[in-house]
Amino acid sequence: MSLIVPGAALPANTPDPVTPRNVPHRGGEANPSVEALRAQFGALIGRDAVMWGETTVWVDAASIRAIVLWLRDDPAQQYDYLVDVTAVEHRDPALPLEMVWHLRSLPYRRFLRLKAALPAEAELVVPSIEPVYKSANWLEREVFDMFGIRFAGHADLRRILLWDSYAEGFPLRKDFPLRGRFSRSEQLSQALTSNPDAKYSMEELSVADAFQELPADMRARLLRDQGRS
Amino acid sequence: MGLSPATSGSSRVTYDPPSQDGWVTTRLEFLVNWSRANSLWPMPFGTACCAIEFMATAASRFDLARFGMERLSFSPRQADVLLCAGRVPYKLAPVIRRIYEQMPQPKWVIAMGACASSGGMFDNYAVVQGIDTIIPVDVYVPGCPPRPEALMYGIMMLQDKVMQQRSISDQAQYDEITIDPTSRLYIPPARIDELSEPFGNSVHQTRSAP
Repeated sequence: MSLIVPGAALPANTPDPVTPRNVPHRGGEANPSVEALRAQFGALIGRDAVMWGETTVWVDAASIRAIVLWLRDDPAQQYDYLVDVTAVEHRDPALPLEMVWHLRSLPYRRFLRLKAALPAEAELVVPSIEPVYKSANWLEREVFDMFGIRFAGHADLRRILLWDSYAEGFPLRKDFPLRGRFSRSEQLSQALTSNPDAKYSMEELSVADAFQELPADMRARLLRDQGRS
Repeated sequence: MGLSPATSGSSRVTYDPPSQDGWVTTRLEFLVNWSRANSLWPMPFGTACCAIEFMATAASRFDLARFGMERLSFSPRQADVLLCAGRVPYKLAPVIRRIYEQMPQPKWVIAMGACASSGGMFDNYAVVQGIDTIIPVDVYVPGCPPRPEALMYGIMMLQDKVMQQRSISDQAQYDEITIDPTSRLYIPPARIDELSEPFGNSVHQTRSAP
């Protein structure tokens, strides 16, 4: 494991970073990685926009894994830190949902926001970037939990905040009522009948370590679930 | 209790404990209640900012030890009072129910703060609208969060309640709540919907159609 020094890849005469002042709302200097992405991927890269000094670039959703893999491994990019994976639902029939990935390059001190529009009429599936960034595991589970977007190639795509048997839908969708779809008594009854132990899986390290100490019925259930996945 | 009556013409009262050693008369019920009320072992179930105020209450400035409550029990099996401080999401509902079931009788519950009492400002899909829909609650402490004084007032109210119990003759306090086996609720669904009715500004947020 090598020590990551912020700004290590920048030329030696680069001035020390200061808090930016007078950043324009729109326009401003785009992240040089956008041009590099265009040179590498061509038509897969769409428009870009700079807002408050942060660069957003629209990319092709189906190619996201190749794009982030190149951004991570190219020596001139080195986006080694996945900050966030999330989604936005717009009140726009033509553009219902957008995926958002936030990447940071510590060696180059760069921030890049990737966005990808999801087609209105198609199934909500995006390639998972969990094989590239392990930290995407929980972030993509949260996006699945809240928006119902599935990630192809994710190792363990389950709900993360809500329980597995949650049946009311995806709470951050615009059509989801604030109080949920069911009556309060029905919500409470469904929550109380769910088994608090049932949310663990063998992928969770602490459970795997303590496997021998678990009650026999829980051991049997975990083994059964593992065989099923 | 060791006080001998004043002799005639004198205002002096003499006190002679050794001559009265080993004697106390009281009602058994009073003695049981008194010892229970002054040695309540709380099980803190802190989920939010109310738990910070509870920590302040238990710390030296407010000193919960004055009420015999300084022994916080982090196992429900050695606790008398479940002190729920903070909002309870639906995912925690089976957890708090199981903790309550693990506590030995007699047991009491304090709902500390607006969220534990009623859901508070979180009138949404994720938060239980008052823990009294899951387990019976004895004392509700209002506030967001309540100051330590308010929590101590609630604790003193609970002590009053314990002192007034018919601890010997009334066996109902030792009964567990009856839970409906299919819905796992202990009160009728209509009662829960009534308890969870929106109030205040949130009545304007109508439930949208599925």
